[in-house]
Parts: sequence; C-alpha cells; structure tokens
Amino acid sequence: MDPTVHALQLKSIQYRKTILSIIKQARAGHTAGSLSCIDILNVLYNHVMNVSPENFADPDRDRYIQSKGHAVEALYTVLADRGFFPAEELQTLGQYRSHFVGHPTRKVPGIEHNTGALGHGLSVAVGLALAAKKDGRSYRVYTLLGDGELAEGSNWEASLVAAHYKLDNLVVIVDRNGLQITGPTEDVVALEPLCEKFRVFGYAVREVNGHDIPTLLDTFTQIPFQPGKPSLILARTIKGRGVSFMENQVSWHHHVPNDEEYTLAMQELELAETALVGVAQ
Amino acid sequence: MKLGRPNLEEFGATMLELGRANPDVLVCTSDSRGSGKLVPFGQALPEQIVELGIAEQNLIGVAAGLASAGKRVFAVVPACFLTTRALEQIKNDVCYSDHPVKLISISAGVSYGALGSTHHSLHDYAALRAIHNITIVAPADNHETRSAILAALDYPHPIYIRMGKRPMLELHQPNTPFEVGKAIMLRDGSDVTFVAIGEPVAEALLASQILAEEGIQCRVISMHTLKPLDQETLLAAATDTRVLITVEEHSIYGGLGGACAELLMERGVTVPFKIVGIPDEYTVTGSQMDIFRHYGITPEGLAETARQMLETVKV
Repeated sequence: MDPTVHALQLKSIQYRKTILSIIKQARAGHTAGSLSCIDILNVLYNHVMNVSPENFADPDRDRYIQSKGHAVEALYTVLADRGFFPAEELQTLGQYRSHFVGHPTRKVPGIEHNTGALGHGLSVAVGLALAAKKDGRSYRVYTLLGDGELAEGSNWEASLVAAHYKLDNLVVIVDRNGLQITGPTEDVVALEPLCEKFRVFGYAVREVNGHDIPTLLDTFTQIPFQPGKPSLILARTIKGRGVSFMENQVSWHHHVPNDEEYTLAMQELELAETALVGVAQ
Repeated sequence: MKLGRPNLEEFGATMLELGRANPDVLVCTSDSRGSGKLVPFGQALPEQIVELGIAEQNLIGVAAGLASAGKRVFAVVPACFLTTRALEQIKNDVCYSDHPVKLISISAGVSYGALGSTHHSLHDYAALRAIHNITIVAPADNHETRSAILAALDYPHPIYIRMGKRPMLELHQPNTPFEVGKAIMLRDGSDVTFVAIGEPVAEALLASQILAEEGIQCRVISMHTLKPLDQETLLAAATDTRVLITVEEHSIYGGLGGACAELLMERGVTVPFKIVGIPDEYTVTGSQMDIFRHYGITPEGLAETARQMLETVKV
C-alpha cells in the first residue's frame, strides 16, 4: 500500500477517536457531522494545503474556511495534530472560559474566520480568493460546506460572484452526507440534482467518495479542474462514518455518546486501526 | 451658513482621492455605485471597485474576506438593506471576526422619502448598537463626512458610517477638529441643549438661532459618533442646561435618544428630556423634508418643542 495513503488512513482513525473523546468530555458537540468530514480535513491539512503553525502569518499561505462550523470538533482535532496548539487543550472544549467554543473562533490558533451561523463561509472564501487575484498571489482558498446549509441563499449569491470573477483559486467542498438535524436533506428541502446545480452556476464539478483517501488525494492534485472556473468537489459521505451504530443515523447529529456507546465506538475504531496496521505488515 | 453638497458627493470625491493614493482601497457595491456617487471612482479605478450585485448578505461576507486579506474595504449599500438583509453577516463575519470593514450606509433615514417605508432606514442605530465591536458614526455635514472617511481608512475595527442624500449646510470650519467618539459643540448656551446626529444637526442649529432671537440660549452638540457615545460632553450638557432634547432621523426607540437616556439614568442625572425622531409608526408619504416637517424635525418644530419644555421648568 502507498505509505502516504496508509498513514493518512491511520490518522483518520486516530482523529475519529479524538473527536469522540473530546465530545464525550465536553458533553456537547456535533458528533456525526464531524465524523463525515474528517477524512477531507485530514487530506487537506496533511497533504494538500500550504498552511502550518510556522507560516500562519505568511500572506501566501493557503486559507481554509469551515463554513460548516458545526463540525468544529473535526477542525480542532486536525489543528491540534498539526501543532497549532497543544493537544491537551482540546480537553477544555466547551468548558467555562475555554477558547474552544462549540463553533470555530479565531481565538483558537489556526482558525481564519469565525463561523457557525450557516451559509456564511462561501462569501468570505470568495472575498479571500478575489483578494488573491487582485494581489497576484498564488494561494488557494478552500471552504467546506455542509449540505444542509445550502438552503441558505447567500451560498447562491456567492456562487454567482465566484463564477463572475472566474475564481479558479477557490475550492469548494460540499460534505454531502445527506442528513440534517430534521432528517434527510431530500425530505427537508431537496437539493438534488446538486452537481448540475453547481455546474450551471459556473463551477467545474467533481463528484467523489469523501472517505476514499486515494481518490481525495488524486482529486485535489487536479485543481483547478478547469482554468477560469471555481472548483467544486461534491464529496459523498456518510454521517457518523466509522462507528457502525452512528452511521446514517440522524439522531447522532449532535448526540453525545454515553459511557457504553463510547466504549463500543472506541472498540470499533481500535479494531479498524489494528486491521489497518495489519494491512501494512 | 453656506450650502455645501450632498454628503454622498463628498464621500465619492474622498474615496477617489483615497483610492488613487492607496491601491489596497476597495469599494464593494450592491449595484449602488450611482447612488453612492462612485461612478467617477469606478471609471478611474476599475480594479478597485468590486461589484457584487443586489445581494447584500454576500457583499458583506465578501467584504470580510477581502479585509481579512489586508484590503481596506468600504462596503457601500443603501441603509435600508444593509442592516436588514445583512445583519447576521455584519454581526458574525465583520464584528465577531473583527475584520475592519468600513460599512457605508447610503440614503439613510427617510432620504428616500417618497419611496415609502421599505426604503426607509429607521432601525439601524438600534440594531447596530446592540452588536459588540462596531463604531457608529453619522456625519452632519461635508466636513464631518470627509473626516469620518479619513478616520475610517485606518480604523482597526468595524465602523459604520451613515449618510443621507440632500445637500448639507456647512456647519463647521474646514479646520474644526474631528475625532471619532468625541462630539463637537457647535454653539454654547445655558437654557436648552440640542444633542443631534446626522442630517438633523443642521435643523437643531437653525432652531437655536430662532430661539436666540427670543433670548433663549441653546447649546448645540453634533453627536456624530453614536457608539461609543461621548459621555463627558453629554453629562456636562445635562448638568449645565435646563432641558435636553435629542434629535435624530431614526425611530425614537433605540437610537441617539435611547442611548442618552440610558447614560443619564445610569449616572443619576435628571433633566427634562425629550427624544425627537420618527415615532413608532410607518411614516407618512412625502419627501424627506415633508416627513421632517410632519414629525417636527425642523427649525420651527424644534424651537417650539424647546419653548414648551422650558415652560414646564419655569419656577
């Protein structure tokens, strides 16, 4: 197996364990949505984006805006692993006066923009990408959108502008897990055919399995998919991915595991880890 | 007093000067470059004007993104839409994230008089006062406008500047000091204080001239910065004069009058007090000046309000 892929796959399992542990400790968090996007964040921060604690003040660093702010536990986990702050600080999530709030805040090192109110991230990313074009800088702007938040009209306002200004330095990733707090997105307010919608709005679109690390790696190397167009990756994912009893269960949107559920989940993840280590051997 | 030009023309001219001097100055508009007197800016500096179309939420988000990359961003939007359509973006993307976007609200208050209540902005002070990390300014004449725009250029935090449409009387000397957060006393007196903001400052000053002919001495304060309020100037006026009248082109709820009342009560300063503004109703039809007349925001109306209040404090 490709050692890069293998290392990233192992990291994803470790990240899932961390996500569950900090949510358990905080007794709050968006469990299933963090598990659906963690493979994407893993690939972005460990292999795709030019951003690190050392270059965070560099105007040429790549930018990441997590529009899907609810899945902040995934973002905090990856930032801790990348050394933006000591990993033990994660354990303060949600505690009195902790900077680790339940949605991204710039008080946490590595976070570019406060998010949480849905449907805001794409506009900010468009502004950053436009600034890069104006300044002749080569950085890219990555933004992760949840599918439920696509009902917010500001996404479509921003999409018109992204195409109008030909922002091929903008990379929009949709975590298409198909569920929102009330139920399936297609029952709440239907989004499909989603790829076609983005195409007609002027994006170059790829649809991928958002948990398949080789595919994600390969897809990101092809950006921009088309010169002069913003790139959109529709990442098909599974909400709660990695823990069998959480997968595709709307109830796990922001449910916190109890002791028994936590133990079971960790056992599953450890089994997966052991199996993966075995593959390498 | 000489008649100057509309504050928006002063704004457009100042922006052109700033844009020429600094390529990081960007103007974001919502199909509003004509209303904002920014056509010359767009013609001279096409790379520095960002058209976002009629989409205020996205405009403010984009402005936040541009500002976070180091651009000096002036987001120019009709007042009636800026703080209604994009209030959440102002709160989260600009103020909470602390990006120094300059929010320029044009044709504010009842400037679009005859266009009706959809186009009136009588809530913006109230909405923004309750949001943390934003400075609120409304210039009263061309001098205050130019000074406020120059101050905004290097202002390190979000700032909101509100302007109307009509030509403004020149209230100040060109060298009158202007500082964000520090009110300007236009006239001193011991009977009545008018504390006004934005375009109605001129009405208050003219009212003071009518009253002076009757032997009534007025203090007139241009409280161009609503937040942070100049507490010292306000408390002194409430102590030194017999009645205090606030004047604004805004709902009587939550604006300048509300801000002054809060401060005076908290400090235990009592003074006969009146808030002149737009009452809690959708306004009558008419031009801006018709609407001002209807609600007594005129030199004659304010003078009469002052006389009536002085009657109540006669010993």
